[in-house]
Amino acid sequence: MTDTVSAPGAGTIPGDVAPAKPQAKSRKRFRPNGSAIVMTIYLLFLLVPIYWLLNMSLKTNTEILGTFSLWPRNLTLANYETILTDPAWYTGYINSITYVTMNVVITLAVALPAAYAFSRYTFTGDKHLFFWLLTNRMAPPAVFALPFFQLYSSVGLFDTHIAVALAHCLFNVPLAVWILEGFMRGVPKEIDETAYIDGYSFSRFFIRIFMPLIASGIGVAAFFAFMFSWVELLLSRTLTSVDAKPIAATMTRTVGASGIDWGVLAAAGVLTIVPGALVIWFVRNYIAKGFALGRV
Amino acid sequence: MKTVNEKAWFLVLPVLLLVAFSAVIPLMTVVNYSVQDSFGNNQFFWAGLLWFEEMLASDRMWNALGRQLVFSAIILAIEIPLGILVALNMPQKGFWSSFCLVAMSLPLLIPWNVVGTIWQIFGRVDIGLLGYTLDALGLDYNYTQDSLDAWITVVVMDVWHWTSLVALLAYAGLRSIPDAYYQAAKIDQASRWAVFRYIELPKMAGVLMIAILLRFMDSFMIYTEPFVLTGGGPGNATTFLSIDLVKMALGQFDLGPAAAFSLMYFLVILLISWVFYTIMTNLDARDAK
Repeated sequence: MTDTVSAPGAGTIPGDVAPAKPQAKSRKRFRPNGSAIVMTIYLLFLLVPIYWLLNMSLKTNTEILGTFSLWPRNLTLANYETILTDPAWYTGYINSITYVTMNVVITLAVALPAAYAFSRYTFTGDKHLFFWLLTNRMAPPAVFALPFFQLYSSVGLFDTHIAVALAHCLFNVPLAVWILEGFMRGVPKEIDETAYIDGYSFSRFFIRIFMPLIASGIGVAAFFAFMFSWVELLLSRTLTSVDAKPIAATMTRTVGASGIDWGVLAAAGVLTIVPGALVIWFVRNYIAKGFALGRV
Repeated sequence: MKTVNEKAWFLVLPVLLLVAFSAVIPLMTVVNYSVQDSFGNNQFFWAGLLWFEEMLASDRMWNALGRQLVFSAIILAIEIPLGILVALNMPQKGFWSSFCLVAMSLPLLIPWNVVGTIWQIFGRVDIGLLGYTLDALGLDYNYTQDSLDAWITVVVMDVWHWTSLVALLAYAGLRSIPDAYYQAAKIDQASRWAVFRYIELPKMAGVLMIAILLRFMDSFMIYTEPFVLTGGGPGNATTFLSIDLVKMALGQFDLGPAAAFSLMYFLVILLISWVFYTIMTNLDARDAK
């Protein structure tokens, strides 16, 4: 390779691909700035509404309604204090995290063997079964809200964490099977065969050898299961009343007789962003790779 | 290439039982309601296709469906090109690459009602930055009164919420293009547009189909965000299919019509998604050759 060949990845920056003509050189100097401008505008568009929420959560209600300022003049943490000291508030977070965790565990436990079956074997009705699973990802939750309510009430699961976790499996399991199948297809079949010849049983092979091989796939599937279970509200609100009420539903508490308590509402909103942000931080290097391999 | 093995059914069985419990039973309940009438007291009477005929004849469903189709079309027309644009301009490595990935994923992990809340606050004329700024500029903006403003706000909110998903998918597609392709283009002195049109776009086709499929499905089911933001108003201006359905089923408890509505809603979404899915698997098969 000569020195004119661009570095890996740099090819997507226009200037590097263009022929090395004199006028192309002058363009080259400006193009990366063009990218920076596009990205800056886009990130500002994404972050300004979130900043505004954060800004409001650090103000008192009098300041929110009385003066208009771009940053809090009298910085206060009172709104956060209200949430973190009142059990009616913080149990909402505990409930949400509980059913999301249960959902991720159940989803992975059933999706892993199924994805293995789809990626390795042909069996009667496999293609139809696969598409039928995907149709559940396409089902509008609104269609299922009422029947779910009746179903879980009749089996005595209404207002429990497991009810919400099972209900979210409706869209998370098909997605997880889809993602994991994509990853498993990338593992050569010879590995399975060698392991069986070496005398491994299926379960031992699956847990000891196969799962470590697709660890990143499991991570991606878990990330998406977490994401869709965490952000969903329609079903989790319909299936709970007190004991398993998610934080997102608790937020309606801020509407009182004296109007909306904007400061606390904003603080509660900011706190719902935190778990997601933490999860993203841990998986940031796998996101792009996961999207590419796992088809989402 | 794949082994025929009927025992694989045992591996699929847990999924089958779980999804049957949480999908087939509720769906049968809906089917049940759609052909029966009730006067309360858990007494049901056979109503045949009455509810389907009633819903097909009612303006309410057609209007909601019309709004829904327009909304999904606008969403796809904005988010797909914008997502590609952003993906093409994303930094490739280093701190800024990580920073962009994290910042862009952030809206995806915010609970949907909080997304509604953020924009509800942001757009308010008295306390929101957007509403206040527009008002200060002399624009008559009020999303709770004016249907056009409400529509614009809902669309902007959705673009804010979901464009990153398209961008991340497109970015992943771009990253998988081998460097040799760009070198070949460089030797051929290909223009920037030619590189995009003949290298990047075909290579992104697979992930873009997934993005279109996901964005279509999810925008067609949208409920929480507009419900929090506008409550379907002003009037019925932003009452999309799911909002209308929940209003009917849980608000008015019109079980029969709501069930008939549900089934037709599900069938429409299934039909369109099936078309996308078929195109997608064909693309996959073509790539595999």
